[in-house]
Amino acid sequence: MDATTGTAPPRAAAAVKLAGPLTPLWPFLLLLASGLAMPLTGNDYWGLIATRMAVYWVLVAGLNLIVGFAGQLAIGYVALLTIGAYTTSVLAAGNVLPPLPAFAALGVAGLAGAVFGVVVGLPALRLRTFYFAMTTLGFATIVTQITLAWQDVTGGGIGIPGPMLPEPFDTTWGFLYFCLGFAAVCTWLTANIARSRFGRALVAVRDAEVAAEASGIHKPKLLVLVFILAGALAAMAGGLFATLQTYITPDAFTFDLSLLFFIAVLIGGRGSILGPLLGTVILTVLPEIAAPLAAWSTFLYAALLLVIVLAMPGGIAALIDPRGRRKLPENRVIAPLPEALDALLGQRQVPEPLRLRGIVLAFGGVRAIDGVDLEVAPGQVHGLIGPNGSGKTTTLNVISGYYRPEAGSMAIGAAPLPAGQPQGRAALRIARTFQTPRLIGEASVLENVMIGGTIDGKAGFAEALLSLPRQRRDERELEARARLALEAVGLAGLGEVRADRLQHSELRFMEIARALMLRPAFLMLDEPAAGLSTEEIRRLGALIRNISRHGTGVLLVEHHADLIFDICDQVTVLNLGKVLAAGTPAEIRVHREVVSAYLGA
Amino acid sequence: MLASIIASGLAVGAVYALIGITYNTMFATSRVMSFTAGQLGMLGGVFGSLFALRLGLPVLPALVLTLACCALIGVVTEIVAVRPVLKSLDQHLYVLTTLALALLIQHTTAMEWSTEPQPFPRLLNLGSGIWDEKYWLPVVVCLLTILGLEYLYRRTLVGRAFVAIAEDNFAARALGLPERNLRIASYALAGAIGALAGFAGGQLLLAFFANGPLLNFYGFIPVALGGLGNNRGAVIGGFLLGLFQQAANFMVGGIFSSVAVFTLFIIVLLAAPQGMFGAQAARRV
Repeated sequence: MDATTGTAPPRAAAAVKLAGPLTPLWPFLLLLASGLAMPLTGNDYWGLIATRMAVYWVLVAGLNLIVGFAGQLAIGYVALLTIGAYTTSVLAAGNVLPPLPAFAALGVAGLAGAVFGVVVGLPALRLRTFYFAMTTLGFATIVTQITLAWQDVTGGGIGIPGPMLPEPFDTTWGFLYFCLGFAAVCTWLTANIARSRFGRALVAVRDAEVAAEASGIHKPKLLVLVFILAGALAAMAGGLFATLQTYITPDAFTFDLSLLFFIAVLIGGRGSILGPLLGTVILTVLPEIAAPLAAWSTFLYAALLLVIVLAMPGGIAALIDPRGRRKLPENRVIAPLPEALDALLGQRQVPEPLRLRGIVLAFGGVRAIDGVDLEVAPGQVHGLIGPNGSGKTTTLNVISGYYRPEAGSMAIGAAPLPAGQPQGRAALRIARTFQTPRLIGEASVLENVMIGGTIDGKAGFAEALLSLPRQRRDERELEARARLALEAVGLAGLGEVRADRLQHSELRFMEIARALMLRPAFLMLDEPAAGLSTEEIRRLGALIRNISRHGTGVLLVEHHADLIFDICDQVTVLNLGKVLAAGTPAEIRVHREVVSAYLGA
Repeated sequence: MLASIIASGLAVGAVYALIGITYNTMFATSRVMSFTAGQLGMLGGVFGSLFALRLGLPVLPALVLTLACCALIGVVTEIVAVRPVLKSLDQHLYVLTTLALALLIQHTTAMEWSTEPQPFPRLLNLGSGIWDEKYWLPVVVCLLTILGLEYLYRRTLVGRAFVAIAEDNFAARALGLPERNLRIASYALAGAIGALAGFAGGQLLLAFFANGPLLNFYGFIPVALGGLGNNRGAVIGGFLLGLFQQAANFMVGGIFSSVAVFTLFIIVLLAAPQGMFGAQAARRV
């Protein structure tokens, strides 16, 4: 450590920059350059293929956020391509309204796509996975049938001509360049979302929904924003698709296309931009180089899907991701840095105490908690102990809003704490950890921790999309704070490591770091010492004491009696859902009923 | 007209209900909703036509062979698409594996059988008009199937073992029930039920590869309406769907009837995600 500066904690942070989804950049540039170099071949057919690739990617780039990041299985996305293609063509041809210029028609198609993107996506907010997949498939069928039936507008089975773009985009190469440019912009936009707090939140909703809620992530709002973006991109891809085809009929929008888009994301791998881009390239080229197999293309795609899911669930992204292979330092020690904690939490205004009065909650006929009173004072560590099934975790879940108590009241100071609403707790600076760590295994430790600070981001979705200054400032602040939190809990060197490579004890400390991102007024820890070594428990105890010294009220559920009696200011003992005893550790230690019911002689 | 709406409504409703039961039978022992349910129904028609018409077998051997083939495909589904992903049920990979398998089945049928609807033979040659066998046969088969399943689940040892696995997988295994074999058996049973649906409804739906996704969707609606795993709910939901669809067909025409069905389906699902007789979702924390 740096001897001359004394208290200043070392900043390994400055050296390593957080790897974004466009890092490294060269594969993207290489693909773009080969697209731009297509005219050199002089082969119009290959120009056509390259254009198609770019158009497909515009759609897949948006779909990637839904399927690859948010994990929603939207299969029938050809529906949005169809809507976009017909909206653009009909408006440009002028068979309903006076004809619009092609670009204006494309813009309107984008708006229509945004609306229908939400319509297709809405069931995902309420329904289970299989149900959602089914509704997207149903929607795709319905859209095709409507285009067939609505002959006055769509031309029915006969079809209508696609829009012509004005000069200089009306030639093969001009149109290719336009599509490549559009695709590059889409790549940039979706990458911006992917590396923002919105992108991290999407992955959190996919892999650790409960932790996402506790961090204040509002799933419906987030998904609707992404559905709007993906819908708009897909519909504009549809407009370009219609131009590329020059003439469209409902037959052009087969289920095969849906499958191609969907599988491109899965081949590419979840949570990556480059992977699905390569997936799109491969799937567009595949039928061309395997021409005799054209009739079997559905079969091919389906077989590919089966193989990917069963044999390489990580997709291309897992193959090209170096983080999975880099060696981790051996004999790692978790060494919390009190100075980093000082810098992170500072001295804050002391909040009012959190009070529970007469909380009752029954599951079926079992009264899990039966009239519990509890007061967590700021700046103190409050231990909650009791035998298994005595209602400790249930009490935590009531405070975090996962359960609604049937009776009783909760308040912070004079302000009542509303029952339910787990996503609202983060804004009240109530943070928590879980009995089994809830982590995003595929994300880095740093990204996992940054999830905890999601609600402190100020930039909106549009600012993130365009990577505006306020968004970049948000990111810098969140990242700096996350590095501080990692130092504070003693995981400073592990920020860039994939979270699923950490040891169990390190995950427990990572969850604390995530909770600290909120600079919590109240911190609830659910058995943080489970599975830790004696030395780690000692450091955990010191860390918890230290956190409380900064004004945070800590509610600690634990089975390690030594830890409880060492660091708690107050202890409440639960038994069968009722408070058996409450007082200082010294009082509890000699409480006759507690000793006989729980602690043992 | 009303009579023919009711006759055809009940007939297709019975087929949908049987596909719904196929879904439920697979779901009961594995907690997996499989996209292959509709394909099994489609294959019931295709195999039936293959054995009874193209190969000229009598009805009974043709039926037995059809059931056996689809049961086999049910077992293959379990081995290829279900067992490998059961460990990570919460990642919903089964949606992808069963979809892939369903597409493989569908596409192979299209290429090797025909891409055009093929005729399905008359089975008993009984009745005419609205009392034609093509209308009442699916209904009779559906009712016999549900009675047979009730008997199986309530009165026989194997059936009770199925119920035990469906109720609580861990406890059932702890009791020493051969969970894997029971799961394979239930997939074979599901295959046979799907085949029955296609065979009984063959004269209505013909032997056509594109019936797969159609039955998959319309067979899923009764399940969603009746609640996952609830066979009686699926039967009620199936008949309601069949009647509604045929009524809409007669009144507003084919394309808008499917729009009407889809819209109604979405509205009902959004209003009651657990279905009409379904149970609440499990605790998450």
